[in-house]
Amino acid sequence: MNLDDLADLAEQYRAIDANVEREVRVCMAASCQSSGAAPVRDALVAGLGESQPSCKVKGVGCMGLCSAGPLVSIADRDGSLEESTIYRDVTADDAADIIASLDGPPVERLRCPTDQPFFARQQKIVLENAGIIDPDSFKGYVAVGGYSALIRALSEMTPADVLREVTDSGLRGRGGGGYPTGLKWSTVAKMPATQKYVICNADEGDPGAFMDRAILESDPHRVIEGMAIAAYAIGANKAYVYVRAEYPLAVERLQTAIRKAKRSGFLGNKIGDTQFSLEVEIRLGAGAFVCGEETALMASIEGLRGQPRPRPPYPAESGLWGYPTLINNVETFANIAPIVREGGDWFASIGTERSKGTKVFALAGTITNTGLIEVPMGTSLRDIIEVIGGGIPGGKAFKAVQTGGPSGGCIPAQHLDIAVDYDSLKTLGTMMGSGGMIVMDETSSMVDVARYFMEFCMTESCGKCVPCRTGTQQMHGILDRLAKSQATRAELALLEELCEVVQATSLCGLGQTAPNPVLSTMRYFRDEYEAKLGDA
Amino acid sequence: MPPPAKQPNVRVVTLTIDGRDLSARADETIIEVCRENQIPIPSLCYLEGLSVWGACRLCLVELAGQGRLLAACSTRVTEGMQIQTNTEKLQRYRRTIVELLFAERNHVCSVCVSNGHCELQHMAQKCGVDHVRVPYRQASYPVDSSHEMFRLDHDRCILCTRCVRVCDEIEGAHTWDVMGRGSDCRVITDMAQPWGESDTCTSCGKCVQVCPTGALVKQGTSVGEMVKDQHFLPILARRRLAQ
Ligand SMILES: Cc1cc2nc3c(=O)[nH]c(=O)nc-3n(C[C@H](O)[C@H](O)[C@H](O)COP(=O)(O)O)c2cc1C
Ligand code: SF4
Ligand code: SF4
Ligand code: SF4
Ligand code: FES
Repeated sequence: MNLDDLADLAEQYRAIDANVEREVRVCMAASCQSSGAAPVRDALVAGLGESQPSCKVKGVGCMGLCSAGPLVSIADRDGSLEESTIYRDVTADDAADIIASLDGPPVERLRCPTDQPFFARQQKIVLENAGIIDPDSFKGYVAVGGYSALIRALSEMTPADVLREVTDSGLRGRGGGGYPTGLKWSTVAKMPATQKYVICNADEGDPGAFMDRAILESDPHRVIEGMAIAAYAIGANKAYVYVRAEYPLAVERLQTAIRKAKRSGFLGNKIGDTQFSLEVEIRLGAGAFVCGEETALMASIEGLRGQPRPRPPYPAESGLWGYPTLINNVETFANIAPIVREGGDWFASIGTERSKGTKVFALAGTITNTGLIEVPMGTSLRDIIEVIGGGIPGGKAFKAVQTGGPSGGCIPAQHLDIAVDYDSLKTLGTMMGSGGMIVMDETSSMVDVARYFMEFCMTESCGKCVPCRTGTQQMHGILDRLAKSQATRAELALLEELCEVVQATSLCGLGQTAPNPVLSTMRYFRDEYEAKLGDA
Repeated sequence: MPPPAKQPNVRVVTLTIDGRDLSARADETIIEVCRENQIPIPSLCYLEGLSVWGACRLCLVELAGQGRLLAACSTRVTEGMQIQTNTEKLQRYRRTIVELLFAERNHVCSVCVSNGHCELQHMAQKCGVDHVRVPYRQASYPVDSSHEMFRLDHDRCILCTRCVRVCDEIEGAHTWDVMGRGSDCRVITDMAQPWGESDTCTSCGKCVQVCPTGALVKQGTSVGEMVKDQHFLPILARRRLAQ
């Protein structure tokens, strides 16, 4: 198959719905489903009936503003999210009004203006199809240009060409560490081996983070396409998606996508009539945070206890069953198709000097618009929180934003103007992490925040190495006594020393970063710790 | 003319450890090179003859030009490495790690059969731990005396998994494993059944001999008798490898 054939196929698929002029899109991602999207869709389908063949009800993925769900949008067939009319907090009872308004002015009482910064200020690459296409429809994905990047790679590019584009793009891993993706791919590509593997890390265990889940639920083919391009570039013929079992909807959509891609010849043997073959298999994780760590994840796939092992050797050299293995995050793979399609230089023109492209963030906590956003790297924190996020509700003052989950830290108000990228966040003692942002107002206690994250690390520690296993427990004990105003100054000093030891000596990233929330809150809110001392 | 010498596939590298110039095979780990040259490196989970576990973190060393510490047991030597094994910082970290181990379970040496023959106790002496600054956790775990010859006391276990590895890698029985998370991890026999009911245990006693503490002991022994004997391990390990 070449690109022209694929374009013909896309045209065929578009022709199936040629009579449809307008779409009523109902968000069927997990968040909106949990607030009742399914009855809304059913009511819309029943209400519309056959009366308007030019209008079709369609289940789609995440539109972003999860706090206002269920969300419904009315758009021209090819309309984007900003060009559509969006309704918020829709119930099944509203279906009649929505249908009645299709030929006239919109239903004002449900309306969620799309010219507000939440929609207008975003730039969507990873989420370009989210909220627009039906994630269960293979034809829908192909109709919007899906799989053209894979076919281009297979038919017009050598693996080295693909590696060059990915390297030129400057893409860095979205799973937390920010390791250059092109470099990782080239390393695995260079390894001489008869067998290589690709793994998509969809374990996503950070509290407050749901970017990867939303991507999988909204556009699963996009992730598969990225994985297939990666496999071609590095010379692998077998891939795994490791996804936690707590994400049943994501798993189901992924399964459907893999099945349909395979049936249509985009996975399996001789993809696109080339010599390239790829099997993709799903592996379910039982939901242990440490299984997101790459060596623990691979142990889990091998059927062993999910525990990290010392690196080196890195997976690129010795991964699954000892073979070279490429492991990337969901969002990293979701960036690949646009990079191949538009070119590495295009991607590199977005973002900052050392952090290219866009980043998906999950806004949570005390912020007006909670949900999913995608903005160029380098957008200021103030823009994200005050403009796109709509600021703090209830007239309260902003206190801090926690980024990077249990591995990250808190950023106080005086640093709100920082441009968000991997390196700037590190200078503030926190990190990008996978993209969770928890906003806190003046009423939250920073000692409580530190205690919360320490409790998370303590209970999620795999128990293998001593400093993490028992150090987090002792730190949690001190934080707990601090929170109850029972700790002494000597214990506070011990807490600081334990932070240093656990950070410096733990075996894997979990323990090495577990002290970060404590250290960063101490750095900016030391007075709160002092005020809590029992012997002050 | 002699036949051309066959070049073995391993290179030799030179490095410095604590200022001493040393040579080593490139497939050796830092701890192996240190042991050959009588440079002391504290360790609890490492045992010659078993696979490397890398969990006690006592063997950490400093490498010039790198901020991150390296575990001597799981790091191969490379050309030109400059290693420090006993800096003030490392000593302080090791002391804290040993303290953490003591506080995690109930180590009261005066009432323990391994008193005087315990690697954890020795380590505490070597690292200068004279008191424990963190509170003892006081979790009381059960004692399993169901085996006719041996006894398991979780309150003395440091989760080094030497028993797990020797049973799997040398004896080939895989009776032992670990269950749980964090400090609630426990070593178990078979599917967490009493040891005495284990179908797989051959009663060979290897786990008891390699256990560094009083967690695994022979039933009915006195403090003076409970001396562990690990000399069999490297010999058996080499034989296994040769097979
Ligand atoms: C404790 C721990 C948990 C992690 N969890 C995840 C995760 O849920 N998803 C993920 O992609 N990466 C996670 N990582 C990072 C991965 O180990 C790995 O670096 C990443 O998947 C590489 O992909 P990338 O280069 O695309 O970022 C975690 C790391 C640690 C130490
Ligand atoms: S740092 Fe924590 S999670 Fe990582 S290996 Fe050690 S105990 Fe396990
Ligand atoms: S196992 Fe060792 S350190 Fe623990 S109580 Fe017994 S002698 Fe003391
Ligand atoms: S029982 Fe002994 S050998 Fe086994 S893990 Fe515990 S301390 Fe180590
Ligand atoms: S001996 Fe190296 S970590 Fe235990």
